[in-house]
Amino acid sequence: MPATRPLPELVCPAGSLPALKAAVDNGADTVYLGLKNDTNARNFAGLNFDDRTAREGIRYAHQRDRKVLLAINTYAQGGDISRWHRAIDEGADLGVDAIILADIGLMEYARRRHPEQRLHMSVQSSATNYEAINLAQELFDIRRAVLPRVLTLDQVKQVIDHTKVEIEVFGFGSLCVMVEGRCLLSSYATGESPNSHGVCSPAKFVRWEHGTQALGARLNGILIDEYQQGEAAGYPTLCKGRFEVEGDTYYALEEPTSLNVMSMLPQIIDIGVAAIKVEGRQRSPAYVAQVTRTLREALDAAGREAQRFSVKPAWTQALSKVAEGQQQTLGAYNRPWK
Amino acid sequence: MRIPELTLPAPVASLLGWLPSTPPCWALVSTLNQLKKRAILPVDMSLLAGRRFEVHVLDAGLRLGFCADEDSFHTASGSEEPDLRLSATLADFARMMLREEDPDTLFFNRKLIIEGDTELGLIVKNLLDSVDWSSTPLQRFMAA
Repeated sequence: MPATRPLPELVCPAGSLPALKAAVDNGADTVYLGLKNDTNARNFAGLNFDDRTAREGIRYAHQRDRKVLLAINTYAQGGDISRWHRAIDEGADLGVDAIILADIGLMEYARRRHPEQRLHMSVQSSATNYEAINLAQELFDIRRAVLPRVLTLDQVKQVIDHTKVEIEVFGFGSLCVMVEGRCLLSSYATGESPNSHGVCSPAKFVRWEHGTQALGARLNGILIDEYQQGEAAGYPTLCKGRFEVEGDTYYALEEPTSLNVMSMLPQIIDIGVAAIKVEGRQRSPAYVAQVTRTLREALDAAGREAQRFSVKPAWTQALSKVAEGQQQTLGAYNRPWK
Repeated sequence: MRIPELTLPAPVASLLGWLPSTPPCWALVSTLNQLKKRAILPVDMSLLAGRRFEVHVLDAGLRLGFCADEDSFHTASGSEEPDLRLSATLADFARMMLREEDPDTLFFNRKLIIEGDTELGLIVKNLLDSVDWSSTPLQRFMAA
């Protein structure tokens, strides 16, 4: 193993200017953000950046030698794609370090209109193999690809070994059914999906029902879960609901869990991952600060200690506290079967 | 500054519950209006206008009702059901405001109760998250 593998960039989420500052202040190398519309996949009321806050955030990060990425990671919807084009133009004008794109039509536009702009391929592009990534590089000069959370660590290595494109993987955050870029589940309940509207369970369709016994979560009238007294709640997304299937009620698709790769950081560094991404632009500055600080410490320790590295209980505790579902897994990275 | 795990004792709560909620409510509303006036609270009033809010401090037995119009916040009286009610203990509200604790975490742990219009709740949560306290004297109390 080469002793001097560079540490992967720590890429942290920002849904607001204070969250961006919290990420930078707590050790993020890079912060990613979105604009206040459906061009990004965290299109929530009151979240994200306008021109003023984006400029201030970029200035704050650049003064401290950190990078800012702009996520334009939904698919331009027929009828009016000008919003997506404007978002790309705005990103180039703001001077972001890269634009994260999912839609290959938008990659073509960005490459043609802004030949100097660095482009990343979003997880929403759903590129799980090096042929897809290399094609995007050939066609649009994509410099980095974010891998969907479906590959084992061996498979991630296989991709890295066969491409010159930098590879970014998810390191921490809420998990869902993990068919990124292909998930239409919420549209069956609400008519809106992450790719089309940039939101999975649009808040306007969510109702919390406070009964005497349980807290009910309804999405457009459909009961998707009931939390008993003292039971942890989760995000009201269809994939994490409990449903009655042949007389039995259980998590029929996915249990609310968070991904946490801390224990495999040495291997992640070793196979040459370029960046580790933290999920959660919808979360508060408090979450961003806590997660960034913890992963910064862990990543630095993993770089120093390599195979002697072990996860400190305090790190696990800090991350468990903020995790959805209060349980953490290695997700697909650690799947013994092939 | 860490907020201790603390629930107000029941006698304090019952005492506070008997006191009129007008003074604390007035204080809340004038603070919001001051923050708005000084552009510390980056609020788009069109999203809040015409809506009624209630902050329910569970352990203090205190219900602070207020509403918004296109220009400012006002105290609201009467028993009309609010469009959005946020309930938590005093310590948890303090943790949330000082960014020691993430509202989603409190919600997952059932310590923050959101009732009414979920989207309005998200607007309010994101509004509080977007306040940049670094430009104010309160910054030194903030955890993040």
